[in-house]
Amino acid sequence: MAKAKGAIVVDTVKCKGCGVCTTVCPTKVIELATEVNGKGYHYAYMANPDACIGCSNCGIICPDTCITVYRAKAGATA
Amino acid sequence: MSDINTIIKPENIVYKRTDVLSDNDLSYCPGCGHGTVHKLIAEVIEEMGIQDTTIGIAPVGCSVLAYNYLEIDWQQAAHGRAPALATAVKRLMPEKNVFSYQGDGDLAAIGTAETIHACNRGENIVMIFINNGIYGMTGGQMAPTTLPGMAASTCPHGRDVSHDGEPIKISEILAQLPGTCYVTRQSVHTAGNVRKTKKALRKAFENQAANKGTSLVEVVSNCNSGWKMTPIKSNEWMEENMFPYYPLGDIKNEE
Ligand SMILES: Cc1ncc(C[n+]2csc(CCOP(=O)(O)OP(=O)(O)O)c2C)c(N)n1
Ligand code: SF4
Ligand code: SF4
Ligand code: SF4
Ligand SMILES: [Mg+2]
Repeated sequence: MAKAKGAIVVDTVKCKGCGVCTTVCPTKVIELATEVNGKGYHYAYMANPDACIGCSNCGIICPDTCITVYRAKAGATA
Repeated sequence: MSDINTIIKPENIVYKRTDVLSDNDLSYCPGCGHGTVHKLIAEVIEEMGIQDTTIGIAPVGCSVLAYNYLEIDWQQAAHGRAPALATAVKRLMPEKNVFSYQGDGDLAAIGTAETIHACNRGENIVMIFINNGIYGMTGGQMAPTTLPGMAASTCPHGRDVSHDGEPIKISEILAQLPGTCYVTRQSVHTAGNVRKTKKALRKAFENQAANKGTSLVEVVSNCNSGWKMTPIKSNEWMEENMFPYYPLGDIKNEE
C-alpha cells in the first residue's frame, strides 16, 4: 500500500509560535520561522514538507487551532 | 514541493478548525492548554450536533472570556459559583446540554462548596476542570492544588506542606460522592492524550444526555507563564512532576 502523503497549512496570523506542534510531529516536519508575524511570534512552518504523512497530530494539539491538515488519498499521488 | 500543491485541495482535508470555535483570537498565553481543551469541547459539540442546545458556564480565571471563543450560549458565573449556576440552568432547562468550565482556583479553592454539593446532589451536568496547580490569571499565586515544593508568587521558596497542607486531590474526593457517575483525569500535552481527552468529554456529554448525574473531566494542564517556563518545557515539567501526584485515567466510571 502506498504511504499516505500529507501537507499542512498554518494560519501564520493566528499562530503564537508556542512550538507545541513541533513536539508531536512524528516525522519532524515543523519548525518555527526566524521571521515573526504581526504579533511578534515566530510562526510554525513546514521546514521539511516531503516528510509530512498527514497524521493530524499537529492540528489537534495546536491550542490556537491554526493548522489545517491535508492527506492525499492512497494512490492519488506518487 | 510541487507535490504539496497537489495535496492541498479541499477534498484532502483531514483536519480543520471547527465552526463551533469563533474566529476570535484566544487571550491565552502561547501553548496554554486552555486553548486545546476549548477546541476539543467545540469538536465534541459539533460531532454530537448539539451546538444550538448547549449552554456553557464560564468561570473566573484565565478562561473568564471563554464565552468569546465557542459559538454557543453562555452564562458567566462569579468566582467558584459555576456549578451553582449550572445547576440552575439545567434545572430550568433540562433539555439543554449544560457544562461548567473551571480552573483549580475556581473549582477547588473558592468554589469548593459549590463543587462538592453539586456533585453530591448528582446534578445532571458536565464539569470541565483545568488543573494547572496555580492561580494563572492573577499572577501565579499558590492554589490548593500547587505541588509540594513548587514555587508560586505567594510561596517563592516552594509550597511548604507543614504550613500549607498537602495539595488537594479534589477529583478523588468527588468520585466518592454518590452523585458523580464519571470522574476522569486527562491531559492535552501529547496527541494521544488529546484524543483521549476528547473521548472523555464526549462520554461526559453522553452521560448527561442519558440523565446519569454529574460527570467531571479534570485536565491536568500547563501554565507556562505562571510556572515561568517555555510551553514545551512546561509540558515536560508537567509530565515529570504533576502526573505522579495527579495520575491520569478514570477514577470512577459507572456504566
Ligand atoms: C470573589 C473573587 N475573589 C478573587 C478574585 C481574584 N481571582 C481572579 S482569577 C483567580 C484565580 C483563578 O485561578 P484558576 O481558577 O486556577 O484559573 P487559571 O487562571 O489558573 O486558569 C482569583 C483568585 C475574583 N475575581 N473574585
Ligand atoms: S501549536 Fe499552533 S500556535 Fe503553537 S507554534 Fe504550532 S501552529 Fe503555532
Ligand atoms: S500532519 Fe503529522 S506529519 Fe504532517 S506536519 Fe502535522 S504532525 Fe507532522
Ligand atoms: S497565565 Fe497560565 S493559565 Fe493563564 S493563559 Fe497564561 S499559561 Fe494559560
Ligand atoms: Mg489554575
